[in-house]
Amino acid sequence: MQDYANAFVLLLNYVVVPATTYGCQLALGALGVSLIFSVLRFSNFAHGELMSFGTMITLLVTWWLQAHGLTIQPLATALLALPAGVLVTVLLSLATDRFVYRYYRIKRSDPIVLLIVSIGVMLVMSGLVRFIIGTDDRTLDDGVRFVISAKQFRDLTGLQEGLAIRATQIITIALAAVSVGLLFWFLRHTKTGKAMRAFADNEDLAGLSGISAQRVVTITWVVAATLATLAGVLYGLDKSFRPFVYQQLVLPIFAAAIVGGFGNPVGAIVGGFIVAFSEVALTYSFKRFFSYVLPADWLPDGLYQLISTDYKYAVSFVILVVVLIVRPSGFLNTRSS
Amino acid sequence: MSISGKNFMLFAAVAAVLCVIAAVQSVAVAVTIVNLCLVSAVMSLGLNIQWGYAGLPNLGVMGFAALGGLAVVLVSAPGVPAAIAAGGPGLIASFVVVVVTVAAVVGIRRLTSLSRATRVAAVIAVLALGYLILGRYFGPAKNLIEAIDPSATGYLGGLGLPVLLSWPVGALFAAAAAWLVGKIALGLRGDYLAIASLGISEIIIAVLKNEDWLSRGVKNVVGLPRPLPDELGLAGTPWLQSLAIQFGISPPDAAALVVKLGYSALFMLVLAFLLLLSEKALHSPWGRMIYAVRDNEIAASAMGKDVKNLHLIVFVIGAAVIGLAGAMLVTLDGQFTPGTYQPLRFTFLIWVMVIVGGSGNNWGAVLGALIIWTCWIEADPIGTWLIQHSIGWLPSGNAMREQLTANASQMRLIVMGVILLVTLRFKPGGLIPERH
Repeated sequence: MQDYANAFVLLLNYVVVPATTYGCQLALGALGVSLIFSVLRFSNFAHGELMSFGTMITLLVTWWLQAHGLTIQPLATALLALPAGVLVTVLLSLATDRFVYRYYRIKRSDPIVLLIVSIGVMLVMSGLVRFIIGTDDRTLDDGVRFVISAKQFRDLTGLQEGLAIRATQIITIALAAVSVGLLFWFLRHTKTGKAMRAFADNEDLAGLSGISAQRVVTITWVVAATLATLAGVLYGLDKSFRPFVYQQLVLPIFAAAIVGGFGNPVGAIVGGFIVAFSEVALTYSFKRFFSYVLPADWLPDGLYQLISTDYKYAVSFVILVVVLIVRPSGFLNTRSS
Repeated sequence: MSISGKNFMLFAAVAAVLCVIAAVQSVAVAVTIVNLCLVSAVMSLGLNIQWGYAGLPNLGVMGFAALGGLAVVLVSAPGVPAAIAAGGPGLIASFVVVVVTVAAVVGIRRLTSLSRATRVAAVIAVLALGYLILGRYFGPAKNLIEAIDPSATGYLGGLGLPVLLSWPVGALFAAAAAWLVGKIALGLRGDYLAIASLGISEIIIAVLKNEDWLSRGVKNVVGLPRPLPDELGLAGTPWLQSLAIQFGISPPDAAALVVKLGYSALFMLVLAFLLLLSEKALHSPWGRMIYAVRDNEIAASAMGKDVKNLHLIVFVIGAAVIGLAGAMLVTLDGQFTPGTYQPLRFTFLIWVMVIVGGSGNNWGAVLGALIIWTCWIEADPIGTWLIQHSIGWLPSGNAMREQLTANASQMRLIVMGVILLVTLRFKPGGLIPERH
């Protein structure tokens, strides 16, 4: 019995907790991509850079706060700086909409043209971030590291395996849950949220009912930029902030959005978790796990790792490709695409 | 194959800028830029075939270029007999396992007499079995190969054939990959193709970085054979020494320059050949059909054209051209370095070239490549110079000054983005738009 408990805790510690945290971060990112896609009707390749930008601003404000001795120990100072990061990122995305995207929206350009335009925005934003803060790895987290450390857990339960839960993981899950809850309440129960959904369903009918397109678009950018900053900062708190890594994050985020059904908010969240859990579980070595659940003489050698960790990013794409072959409209899509 | 006066002026302007670079910096710098301009031009011709002719958004340029580079290693690098002897049988066995598994999967999918659920279950079972058997042979073979003199080889090596042969092979590799990508993602919405191709190019790079037995991974393959004589030998020959005296430069410099110019001539030949072919293809009934399919798929399929098949052909041809360019680039560098493949440089920069030059126009794609590569290289020294002069008033050692100077080279990303956005907004057809 003890062995099974150990095996369970082992999986919890190395697979479930990290994957849940990562899944929350991906889901927040994918929600932003999905919202832009359903309201503005294009795939925004600049979303990863928007996350990067928001995280950078938050980091700069964090440094300023730290220099002035303003911290909220035991929590990370970055949480105090987060509203400022969100504000600046929202302003930036509204500016890109006003000066870049609006022209194509009014012209009703093809979505693929907007996709290329978003690549231009991506280049500018990535240059901006790298110019301001450089390409180095930076840490955001300065709060208390563990809610419960592996040793504390072992002492508490008497098991061999420890379960370490970091503060950033709790913060990620809590903040993600709260913001997703707020978002769904907003989309379902407020007049503006309903207007957004109506606009996403049919632009022309929404216009006929007196919904202002410009207002819906503005609010979509505000929500998407907020989610992007939140996702970026939570990822940075959990791991670290490095522009190159954030640029690559756009891949699993798109995979999550498509797997769940592009343009469907619930799908984006489910997709985020599917991608995160497969990425972590497929690259985890199950050797120790089997050493607990199997009799010792059954245990063959090998790491019991399905895919080498080097191919972490490949996992999300294999999922994506499988979905594209089996069910191109995504698993949770009710609308035809 | 004609070019109007205005377009000729555009090319002349680029040539003039390159002459200025030769005068201000050095002739060697200018020729280096020209060589990479020519390689980029081939790459952007390839992307133009996909995006310009057929409207297929391929964001996987990087992957196809890297496969072309891999071909140079596999064709021209000297073989490692010890590694082949050690790991060869295991690899052959693994290959047989893969072929049998794939054949079994294809076979099961064709057994329509079975129910869908049975077929899916059988496919999964076969794949799992194949994976387990593969692990038996592949893992040990890989380790055996990588253990052989890892600091110098540790990989299979190549066939040791002439390096120029690797160029068509590179095109073939990229074409094969494109066929697979196209089978999966063509026929879906454009965004999906864009995302899928971006992802697959990242997977290709991940494989090249990590499969040491194949490509030495991040340990790089250096000292690849070259199609031209090497500088050292050339510097000793009498004709070069007399040439060096004539121009008043040292023999080693002269030799380096002559070799670089040799590459330029070689690349120019390839580019001219491809341009000729592309122009012929575009102004033939086939070219007009491709345009017609791009502009109205529904009408084209109503006329009995197999749109999906046509897209696949165009996608494969474009990728082949990109693969060829990738092989040319690795040949020029004389080394294969998987770690240097980044989407910003190898995918998005090529996109900027095609859009700025003029998508759908071969001359436009070439012009775009010349302009954008020159800007990309020169944005670095010019940006650094500008920043150093505009912040000269800050005291030296100032944190802000250090920061701005260190990051000045990142300015070129901003410049590229702005060029792309301005072109899309004010001149969406590019500098040399498509003719109707």
